[in-house]
Amino acid sequence: MIAEAGLGALWLAAALSLLQLVLGTAALRPGGGADPNPLLRAVRPVAVAQGVLAALSFLALIWLFLRTDLSVALVAANSHSAKPWLYKFAGAWGNHEGSMLLWVTVLAVAGGAVALFERRLRQDTLIATLAAQAAIALGFYAFLLVASNPFTRLSPVPVEGNGLNPLLQDPGLSFHPPTLYFGYVGISVAFSFAVGALITRDVGPAFARAMRPWVLAAWIFLTLGITAGSYWAYYELGWGGWWFWDPVENASLMPWLAATALLHSVTVLATRAGLRAWTIMLAVVAFSMSMIGTFLVRSGILTSVHAFAVDPLRGAFILVLLALYIGGALTLFGLRVHTVKEGSTFEIVSREAALVINNLLLSVILGLVFIGTLYPLVTQAMGEEISVGPPYFNRVAGPIALALVAVMGAGPLLRWRRDDWRELVRRYAAPVLISAAALLLLVLFAPGIGILPLLGLTIAPAIAAASVAPLWRRNLRRTPFFVWGMVIAHLGIAVSLAGMASESAFTKETLIAASPGQTTHVGPFSVRFDSVNPIAGPNWTAIEARLTVRRGDGAAFALAPQARMFSSPPTPTSEAAIRTVWDGQLYVAIGEEDEQGRWQLRLWWKPLVTLIWVGGAMIAFGGLLALLGRVRRARRGQPQEVLT
Amino acid sequence: MPRRKPTVWAAAVKRKNQRLVLLALTIAAMLGAVLLGMSALRDQAAFFYAPGDVVAKGLPLDRAVRIGGMVRRGSIRRHADGVTIDFIVGDDTAATIPVRYTGITPDLFRENSGVIAEGRFQAGGRFIATQILAKHDENYMPPELTRRGLHKTESVE
Repeated sequence: MIAEAGLGALWLAAALSLLQLVLGTAALRPGGGADPNPLLRAVRPVAVAQGVLAALSFLALIWLFLRTDLSVALVAANSHSAKPWLYKFAGAWGNHEGSMLLWVTVLAVAGGAVALFERRLRQDTLIATLAAQAAIALGFYAFLLVASNPFTRLSPVPVEGNGLNPLLQDPGLSFHPPTLYFGYVGISVAFSFAVGALITRDVGPAFARAMRPWVLAAWIFLTLGITAGSYWAYYELGWGGWWFWDPVENASLMPWLAATALLHSVTVLATRAGLRAWTIMLAVVAFSMSMIGTFLVRSGILTSVHAFAVDPLRGAFILVLLALYIGGALTLFGLRVHTVKEGSTFEIVSREAALVINNLLLSVILGLVFIGTLYPLVTQAMGEEISVGPPYFNRVAGPIALALVAVMGAGPLLRWRRDDWRELVRRYAAPVLISAAALLLLVLFAPGIGILPLLGLTIAPAIAAASVAPLWRRNLRRTPFFVWGMVIAHLGIAVSLAGMASESAFTKETLIAASPGQTTHVGPFSVRFDSVNPIAGPNWTAIEARLTVRRGDGAAFALAPQARMFSSPPTPTSEAAIRTVWDGQLYVAIGEEDEQGRWQLRLWWKPLVTLIWVGGAMIAFGGLLALLGRVRRARRGQPQEVLT
Repeated sequence: MPRRKPTVWAAAVKRKNQRLVLLALTIAAMLGAVLLGMSALRDQAAFFYAPGDVVAKGLPLDRAVRIGGMVRRGSIRRHADGVTIDFIVGDDTAATIPVRYTGITPDLFRENSGVIAEGRFQAGGRFIATQILAKHDENYMPPELTRRGLHKTESVE
């Protein structure tokens, strides 16, 4: 009954999105104009109703998973009655159909929110935006209802379900897909705004201010999703790496890069009425990247933990959607770009120019990641199998990212429109001196570091100083939220960079086969291997090693890495044990036993590695502050201009 | 702020050429990215070799590559240090690759099962693996292997 109700709600939501598209298009015909007739005013309520119905459909699916209703094929294939409730709950989106339903639900709810809360945008632009939103949603409804129905019944009803991939049975990971989806969908809302503004020839600061909160929100969620995904890979895969340049990781990084560029260009448009066409183009690119991300991850082209079902029909369907949306967006852009007014001009030394450099460098990194990610797919189609990995990405993207970070330090120190380069040199003198000092210390006390980590450690402290410089001589209590947001986000980049550079420069590794009672060393730690014990959890059994660790003469603490065997489906996983201390992490994984009763132990001491994710969290928090600041200003009706 | 003389840049942009300048910059940046990317790909992309390919194409000694195939039954040998292993990778041809790896093998690495390893060949033909790629679950088969029909030649025990 619940499954049928959920399916019914989904069909209704799809029908409403069609209605929304038709009404919206009708309203925009010449003559429909600025004062649409009452029927066309229905676009807003229809969008809200569509959001509610989609949400109901998704709630129905969650309910089925919580009850482990095995008469539903999706539940039987992906759940198990003996699973902890959190994973039953998260299992609703830990599979192909459920995750697509989540996608479209978030999209529909976001559309409803736009319809409810957006009051500043011109009426016709808003209706065009909602129509664009409906067009995107319609494709995904069709995909769900035709090729990925999550509510299909199963007959006969199986006695027990298949269970969830144990790698996915992790509390942090339960919220990783929704986070990324909020990001992808937020970008699609920003894209809908861009389409709406293009259609009604309304590309200007007012439109930019309406779009900005969505870009910010999307960007915050993408940042959180990437940071959480990176930490998950770090502790769950047991290799001690935090970023693998895996195509699936790149699929989330590419929209983030585009959204980061968009975030900065939309600020130029909102504040200085510049970079109009460029901002629209970036919205198109960001949306394309989030679609390509979804396609790469969901189509089964890439085999990974993310590719739930390899079904050619689904891959083809998503590919067609991708071509339609990206092709349509680019065509619209090509047809309408001449109607976008020339933006305000600026000088070569100005904040706008710095933001243009930011955008160009981000675009270049995006292009390089894009080429590296898709090249293997292209050559594979031509019969040559290759893989593109960290050597490529680190070499091409690393130096440009460092240049970008250096520009990031200078940007906020510049005035809008025009500035004097001598002034800039003076303001940038302190950070340059800090860099020089850091370089000197590193060369003297830590020789032999690779060039990229060395540069990273050299500029990170300088950029940290430059990031907080905008607060210099300001009354901190009267400093607007969005300035705080910018400062904290930029500081987060510097913190994260320091963590990355430190991890790759100073990591110490020990790999041994140890007998119980034996002591080994890694970095400043001495590690005694006490024993191995069998233990059991709710749906797994494990071999657990007991280690006693001591740093110098400090207090001893225990670590217990496990080799786990999950029961349904039967899968071995390695659970690393991690000890976080103030200046880094000790990371221990256990391997196999050999013939002489020795166990393989792999130990890493990773100084300051924690900063990578602390920085990521700071970036997201900065984004949140900026978002709150913008929304609060809009509420109070204060002018958004900050011409300094 | 006293008014300064407009610079050459300002003179150019004031004549509404700024959009053109920005467009040119964008195109130059993207072209640069493509050129840089393609040239780096030539050096850095790791080609995939099955044992049969090594015979057909010769040993690739100048670059890091990926190899893949089935771990031959009974071929895993442990060294005395407890962390280094030797094993032999075969495919549906008669060719094999001897592999050496130091480290903890992934959870699903075992004999008579598919494997992908990254590393370099030595002149003698031995492959020194720097990484053995993890599989995510029991049913996972690296796509490079599936496409070559390897999973059919070695049946599940």
